[in-house]
Amino acid sequence: MEAPTKMKEVLTGTTIIACTYDGGVILGADSRTSSGNYVANKVADKITKVCDKVYLCRSGSAAHTQAVAGYANLYLNQHAIELGDKGCSVKAAANIVKEIAYGNKAWMNAGMIIAGWDKKEKGKVFVVPLGGTLMDVPFAVGGSGSIYINAFVDRNWKPNMTKEECKSFVRKAVSLAISRDGSSGGVIRTVTVNEHEQVKEFVTGNEVPVYQDEIQSKGPPQVEFVSV
Amino acid sequence: MLASERKPQGFDFDLCKRNDWLEKQGLKTLKPWSTGTTICGVVFKDGVVLGADTRSTAGETVADKNCEKIHFMAPNIYCCGAGTAADTENVTGMISSQLELHRFRTGRESRVVTSLTLLKSHLFRYQGYISAALVLGGVDCKGPHLFTVFPHGSTDALPFCTMGSGSLNAMAVYESGYKEDMTKEEAMELTKRAIRAGIFNDLGSGSNVDLCVITADGAEYLRNIDMPNPRTFTAVPAPFKIGSTPVLKSKDLPVPSLETQVTVETTATAMDMS
Repeated sequence: MEAPTKMKEVLTGTTIIACTYDGGVILGADSRTSSGNYVANKVADKITKVCDKVYLCRSGSAAHTQAVAGYANLYLNQHAIELGDKGCSVKAAANIVKEIAYGNKAWMNAGMIIAGWDKKEKGKVFVVPLGGTLMDVPFAVGGSGSIYINAFVDRNWKPNMTKEECKSFVRKAVSLAISRDGSSGGVIRTVTVNEHEQVKEFVTGNEVPVYQDEIQSKGPPQVEFVSV
Repeated sequence: MLASERKPQGFDFDLCKRNDWLEKQGLKTLKPWSTGTTICGVVFKDGVVLGADTRSTAGETVADKNCEKIHFMAPNIYCCGAGTAADTENVTGMISSQLELHRFRTGRESRVVTSLTLLKSHLFRYQGYISAALVLGGVDCKGPHLFTVFPHGSTDALPFCTMGSGSLNAMAVYESGYKEDMTKEEAMELTKRAIRAGIFNDLGSGSNVDLCVITADGAEYLRNIDMPNPRTFTAVPAPFKIGSTPVLKSKDLPVPSLETQVTVETTATAMDMS
């Protein structure tokens, strides 16, 4: 028996991704949170809303990133009241997250992606990795699963995708990471943000696409070489 | 200004690091009573059922065979605690009193998210050094809610959840038996089975089952609803009934005289009044 006093910290061993497309952004994430070897939550929601049309993908310590999201939400709500109906910008949200991440970098374990849509700059993606730097990028991946899909996203991302292209790109990236990363799993959650909508969707675990014919494969793996 | 140049704020955990180091060097510290525990909760059609075992342990010794692990938070909110008994009792007690003051101030029923936020921000401040792993459940104006709270301050909202050393056993039962929109009776039976799985298969859990059923009509605290571990021995050996053995022979003996002489000394001495 492991005494609960020695309980492992809850980590979002994660795959998170955010990507701009023509007219908005799509954020994606798996849904596994683990405490040591145990899956503490298989349907976690790692894409948190911080203000209207701005979302935050969380990776690292669940406690730390939830706290950051909570504070960012508090500050941005106050900021939005000051702004009135102009709506808060993604850049402002990312800056607040960066301030919290950098100011507490000595003890904090949080890698985050901020993405959303605002009137001035349209769809934007920002990434705040472990040290607390802030980067403005067209797309970003994060979490333990990201190492398995860096090459995939670099090869397959293209500017000005359509919404459907972007959504299948995000889902494919997350499902590839899930298939290789033990700390990622569950369902694939996506959030689509553009001028007209902010929609949360998910693909259930049994519908997550499988690659290299794993699981189903009976004989030796059928490798198909595709020229690119 | 660099982060490293900033004035440190908040709590200082240096002594915690020192104590860890001293323990590694071989310092013997007192083992706190920890509730090596099975606790769980499930949402049903119009409410929440919380369950807990009743064993409290100190190391390998059972410290209390029938303790209470479902704590009162508000009339419509209860909270199961696993981890260090002192921490779970105190953290729930503190937040419960804050909730009561909040009710007096606002004149409204407490909401489950309010207690969740108070609990998680308190636990987050202490960076996991308050070992309280909680299952928080209740019914408020927005309907039934169930949350888990981890010692570091992270939380999850789930339709069913388990905590403590027996959480894996209880989760196995929930995973196999959970249905959406269960009746109160179904949810109670499933929770009882989940706790029993912990009691029988986890060394840290044992004794009896406590349940707490919360609906919009209020909370029912069902203490020791299941007692699958009755005492197999009695504390004092039962005396033999008179006549259990046959009388083989009897003999009368003369009783010696018990008269004795007692002399009482009555020499008076002057009392010292200085």
